[in-house]
Amino acid sequence: MLLDLLSGVATTVAVSGLAIAAGVPLGLLLALGRCAKTRVLSVACALYASLVRAAPVVTFVMLIFFGLPALGVSLDPLPAAVVALTLNTTAFNSEIWRAAIVDFPRGQQEAARAFGLTRALAFRRIVFPQIWRASLPALVNEMTLLIKASPAIAIIGVVDLTRKARQIAATTYEPLPPFLAAAVIYGVVLVILVIAARALERRLRARLGRL
Amino acid sequence: MRVDVIWNQLPQFAIGLGNTLWLCTVSTVLSLLLGALLMVPLMSRNTALRGAAQALVDAGRCIPFLLLTYLVYFALPTLGVTVDKWSAALITLVAYNTAYMAEILRAGWAHLPAGQTDAAHAFGYTGWKLFRRIIGPQVLIAVGPVIGNQLIQLIKDSAFLSIITVPELTFAANYVQSYYFVPFESFLFATLLYWALCGGVEWLVHRGERYASLVRPSNG
Repeated sequence: MLLDLLSGVATTVAVSGLAIAAGVPLGLLLALGRCAKTRVLSVACALYASLVRAAPVVTFVMLIFFGLPALGVSLDPLPAAVVALTLNTTAFNSEIWRAAIVDFPRGQQEAARAFGLTRALAFRRIVFPQIWRASLPALVNEMTLLIKASPAIAIIGVVDLTRKARQIAATTYEPLPPFLAAAVIYGVVLVILVIAARALERRLRARLGRL
Repeated sequence: MRVDVIWNQLPQFAIGLGNTLWLCTVSTVLSLLLGALLMVPLMSRNTALRGAAQALVDAGRCIPFLLLTYLVYFALPTLGVTVDKWSAALITLVAYNTAYMAEILRAGWAHLPAGQTDAAHAFGYTGWKLFRRIIGPQVLIAVGPVIGNQLIQLIKDSAFLSIITVPELTFAANYVQSYYFVPFESFLFATLLYWALCGGVEWLVHRGERYASLVRPSNG
């Protein structure tokens, strides 16, 4: 049974991992879009973030998988799952990045400009290294939320850890062991993620000092 | 865009929305009460009891909502407890959110200035009176927005219940889309309704905060 569950773990970790890897930088992009001076762009980005953050992940996954083909974009279940989770976590990440950007001391930015740095260079060398560290704990928190929401992809037929456990339960008529085992595995994955993040934060603090 | 289909199926959406609303309202109230009860072991001086309660809360916060739904709906019957989909839905919503509510209340309580309770003791406040007049109102004001966020999370988690065929909002949207083949319109409309629901919660929290700032002095 455990071996059988492991294939589900691989799917859960791979899909969530891809969504996180794409969603963190895309979230930053969306946050920058929301801070843009072009009013249309900033309003569109804010609207996207607000709508997607309010949508339940199950509903959103079904919107992507069943709804997009009606607009001419057809995706297989696995890519649809990755796209849906990515678009979802992007919206939440943008909120985290935006908070860090808004909190960023204005004086530093003005000083950077006074030293002749272009806006792009100032962002890359001055702003980004600092907001990245400030956002890390919140980003990791969002990662754990994403992993806990990832069973939603089961509804379009992707066999993730939760669906695998459900299949085993249905064939063995003993639902308790696979569900409990799956629960423990989720716990282990989340704990590993949180411990890794805390270790990274500690190392950053040791190397660069407090923020 | 087939807006006409959505318009004609509004009763379906209304039924789903209604079920989502009452399920979430009832389970919010129940999980808040149970979460408050969990505070007794969570704030206990007995380390073993406190550790056990904290472990339970932490474990509860690690489990995905859908997995807990499966545990309740499919595994409870094998232990001799038969549940229909409605009781499974309520049990899952309440059990899942109790862990979060307990943690939110505990964090709110832990952030109260320690000297304040001592001062209240010195003024003769003890036991229930201390809680009702000094601790309770402050914790409630402090955690109000966080509980609002949790309520939004709860509303969104309740969409998972469509998988065990509870006829809530997402189930209604899925029903309409599969019957009339309007997937995009149907799920988009459901999303807009969730959006409105979450906006409503935020509005309530905002009102609550304004009320709180009116009834208490601003030095808080």
